[in-house]
Amino acid sequence: MAEIQSYTMNFGPQHPAAHGVLRLVLEIEGETIQKADPHVGLLHRGTEKLAETKPFNQSIGYMDRLDYVSMMCNEHGYVLAIEKLLGIEVPTRAQYIRVMFDEMTRILNHLMWLGAHGLDIGAMTMFLYCFREREDLMDCYEAVSGTRMHATYYRPGGVYRDLPESMPKYTESRFRSKKELDRMNSVREGSMLDFIEDFTKRFPACVDDYETLLTDNRIWKQRTVNIAVVSPERAMQLGFTGPMLRGSGVEWDLRKKQPYAAYDQMDFDIPVGVNGDCYDRYLVRVEEMRQSNRIIKQCVDWLRQNPGPVIAEDHKIVPPSRVEMKDDMESLIHHFKLFTEGYCVPEGEAYAAIEHPKGEFGVYLISDGANKPYRVKIRAPGFAHLSAMSEMVEGHMLADVVAVIGTQDIVFGEIDR
Amino acid sequence: MMTNPSETLAARIEARFGDQVERVASSCGELTYEVDKDELGKVATALRNEADFGFEMLIDVCGVDYLNYGSDEWITNSATGTGFSRGVERKTVILDESDEFDPRRFAVVYHLLSIQNNVRLRLRVFTGPSNPPIVRSVVDIWNSANWFEREAFDLYGILFEGHPDLRRILTDYGFIGHPFRKDFPIMGNVEVSYDSDEGRVVYKPVTIEPRTLVPRVIREDNRYSADLKDVRKDG
Repeated sequence: MAEIQSYTMNFGPQHPAAHGVLRLVLEIEGETIQKADPHVGLLHRGTEKLAETKPFNQSIGYMDRLDYVSMMCNEHGYVLAIEKLLGIEVPTRAQYIRVMFDEMTRILNHLMWLGAHGLDIGAMTMFLYCFREREDLMDCYEAVSGTRMHATYYRPGGVYRDLPESMPKYTESRFRSKKELDRMNSVREGSMLDFIEDFTKRFPACVDDYETLLTDNRIWKQRTVNIAVVSPERAMQLGFTGPMLRGSGVEWDLRKKQPYAAYDQMDFDIPVGVNGDCYDRYLVRVEEMRQSNRIIKQCVDWLRQNPGPVIAEDHKIVPPSRVEMKDDMESLIHHFKLFTEGYCVPEGEAYAAIEHPKGEFGVYLISDGANKPYRVKIRAPGFAHLSAMSEMVEGHMLADVVAVIGTQDIVFGEIDR
Repeated sequence: MMTNPSETLAARIEARFGDQVERVASSCGELTYEVDKDELGKVATALRNEADFGFEMLIDVCGVDYLNYGSDEWITNSATGTGFSRGVERKTVILDESDEFDPRRFAVVYHLLSIQNNVRLRLRVFTGPSNPPIVRSVVDIWNSANWFEREAFDLYGILFEGHPDLRRILTDYGFIGHPFRKDFPIMGNVEVSYDSDEGRVVYKPVTIEPRTLVPRVIREDNRYSADLKDVRKDG
């Protein structure tokens, strides 16, 4: 019988630990990975090309569908790029709302990541715990935009509407008792800000719960400590951003270093890892959830005291209100032009980057002066991370591939675009 | 007085590289340089290695096709009695057969980030007239370029000389064409369906009609005065 030295194994695209549609072609010797070749593009929809055929505002919804676990952050990158080219001012209240929702999105993303990462490497309870808290944040998305995931809430010039005065409540059903219903609705009596404030009070204890389950857990540490170590030099060379870069010990966070929206008004810390392994990246992300919670609290306090407009008044770009439109001729014209043709963006190019939960999410926009973008390039953080997959898993065991996919926080919506 | 970090950088770049680079005007304070394609390797290496620049990260590489730049889909100077065409009749441009492209048709755009100096820089390299377009690969300078260059190759057909593994990345196995080129139709060239007679999935030419819901228009707008505009160097 011929002696087989190494062999090639196919992993995915239909594999529960592949986080969507990742296909990995692994070269294995025994159980040790020699080389990994990720095949991506199974979710490629041509978002950038589609955006070139639509007026600017119609592509905001596509941005939600990129990284479909951090929807509003994607929108933020896109609207920032448009605002940069248009040169319009965003009202301060809108900036605070954006920061608040960006941070809620960060928590949403990290909870999804923690749950799935835990589930992948054997901590099943995490998934259930994380989804419990995600539910509350999803309700906020729904209350503000009408939809739980694909919000299309950010618009060039601000956000679509102000925060609602009330939260939707659970309704009676034969599956819940009256007592249960009252308990569930007790935090939903006030405005949305009351609900969020209540969440920020509850949430640190929830993070403590997750940490009790994982941080000192022997199995968790065996699966993550010293797995996929990336040195800071390599991390920069490989184009890592966000928690992947900070996990390797590089203190780099766009919210601090190149602040956008109202981040320069916020008080928060940047957690940084030491060893650059999966465990450090886990610690960084968990700490980021706590910091996000702090930022949300500061935004809630500010938003309570500072009412005001949430979208720019410039009706060449922002549609007038329905009421205005009904009895003012000029508003009617603006409304008609905006909804039939959109607005023209001056010729030029802009790159807007935000600190997305996964790293640097950038939108590079070229406009030739038309009502549609000439070229939109979306710089997805996961794309650079996944390209380093081979280097990260080399020499590790087959089971560690799953830990590496988890630690990279892969979502195919943004990688394949 | 505080000096603008990107202006300081611009002064350094112009002092160091002279006429190897050419500055592109920007309306939003971003620093863009056009680099000659033969100089790219030297300029990129210097930008990474020299302490004055310190661009240790390549954030993004992308291809751009300038074929239809500045052209409308729908030009009307007067209302017509027959109604508007909605921009449906459009000419398909197939240049793939030709030996030469317009030298300013394809460009590769690099976004650099310096973590130590906290500045960004954009480089643009036009690929020149060759068909297929070719640029030097920067994978040896910044390893992160690997997949970004594969993507630009896949979507625009730009070849990267010296790339270790230039394969398609986003499109399907066996895909024909480069879908992000401006002469590639938005609905593609082929559609797939299951053929029950043959018992397999077959490819057929697309049957759907192209349509435009909102035509592309360029309006003169005096709010954006000419001195703020990005100026294309060729006039």
